[in-house]
Amino acid sequence: MSCFLTKSSLGKKLVMSITGAFLVLFILFHMSMNLTAIISPEGYNAICRFLGANWYALAGTAVLALGVLVHFAFALILTVNNYRARGKQRYAVTVTEPGVTWASKNMLVIGFIVLAGLALHLFNFWAKMQLVEVLGGHASLVGGRTIAATDGAALIAYTFSQWYYVLIYLLWFAALWFHLTHGVWSMFQTVGWANDTWYPRLKCIANAVATLVFLGFAVVVVVYYIKGGCACCCA
Amino acid sequence: MNFTLKIWRQKDAKSKGAFETYEVENISADTSFLEMLDILNNNLVHAGKEPVAFDHDCREGICGMCSLHIDGQAHGPSQGATTCQIYMRKFEDGATITIEPWRSAAFPVIKDLVVNRSAYDQILQAGGFVSVRTNSVPDANAIPIPKADADESMDAASCIGCGACAATCKNGSAMLFVAARVSSLAKLPQGRVEAARRAKAMVAKMDELGFGNCTNTGACQAECPKSISIAHIARLNREFLAAKLED
Repeated sequence: MSCFLTKSSLGKKLVMSITGAFLVLFILFHMSMNLTAIISPEGYNAICRFLGANWYALAGTAVLALGVLVHFAFALILTVNNYRARGKQRYAVTVTEPGVTWASKNMLVIGFIVLAGLALHLFNFWAKMQLVEVLGGHASLVGGRTIAATDGAALIAYTFSQWYYVLIYLLWFAALWFHLTHGVWSMFQTVGWANDTWYPRLKCIANAVATLVFLGFAVVVVVYYIKGGCACCCA
Repeated sequence: MNFTLKIWRQKDAKSKGAFETYEVENISADTSFLEMLDILNNNLVHAGKEPVAFDHDCREGICGMCSLHIDGQAHGPSQGATTCQIYMRKFEDGATITIEPWRSAAFPVIKDLVVNRSAYDQILQAGGFVSVRTNSVPDANAIPIPKADADESMDAASCIGCGACAATCKNGSAMLFVAARVSSLAKLPQGRVEAARRAKAMVAKMDELGFGNCTNTGACQAECPKSISIAHIARLNREFLAAKLED
């Protein structure tokens, strides 16, 4: 049993499904946390202080990084296998089969966009918050002013006062939306919790989760952009 | 009706193939797709040319021998039908029709439009059967089977092993075929006995033969001439994972 997770096609897919489910749960947690920033910046900063560079937050970050790494590594392995299985000679004419979504056929490409967005996000926030504390600091110089590592609200306000970050983040959330519309119902299919009665329900749940995540993240970005005085309109 | 046909021609497995264009004229709208190819081949033979090789047998949609990727779709433009069940009235008069063989690493081209689908036979031999002692025929109602289970089993058993699923799948995955075989037997008490061993053996053989991994696009069920649902793939996943966890 030990090696079927890495050797068997269905084992590798189980790994994709479980890491995917774990990442979805984290995203939902992150979204809930972000929404606090709209209601109360002080409350949001209290969560930032609670997490900070404490051992549990660091352990959580490590597990999360491992989750992303494994999900991505297995996606690459599976895609290389699939590319080989398709053969060298491709069809001259192809059509999109009825009922097949664009997202389902482009999960790796969408995944790359999500990952690129994640890299930017880590640079914008994580590198100025948890990383600063891990390195023994308490604040960093951002856009010409000092922002405390626990002042997440100030960092959000600064980042989304710039219109191009608003645009990039919204595009990032859109990519995540596509990824989740296929990924969320797909993980149920992979572990075998699906049938013809449940497909419409699972796909509905997937669309609902994807849309909730998109709106939950986007609203924070947009609200802070408006609060910052719509830099694009005034510039 | 008149058609322009762009057909993949390939001398043998080792040769490099290419498309060749042919014209067919005065085809009746009620001609089946394979009869249209017969007419073309007749013309080619009369002209002293090599006829186009293509697979076919029963020509009534039950043997799984006919294949062909027609205008980008396995078994052509109809849903739930094999190539032999397609009629030329499905196409516009004067249309150009592109005909390709199945494209999948596990289905190498033998000649023209004929591919080697013995990989599916090998998967079947790995476990797609029920081990029974031959004896006198048992009473039909000796083992009660719920109607819903029997129906579901029969839906899966309608798989004709044509290869359209793997040929359509962007990953060259044979999951719908394997799932149909595993599912049809797992739903019946006679097949249940060996369900765990069967799921493991057939998946192992599928992987060994180089088929790809299912990414749940659902393209296979859309192109399956028997409209077999990916719900059977969910059952295969369930059967396989449960069997592995018991190891």
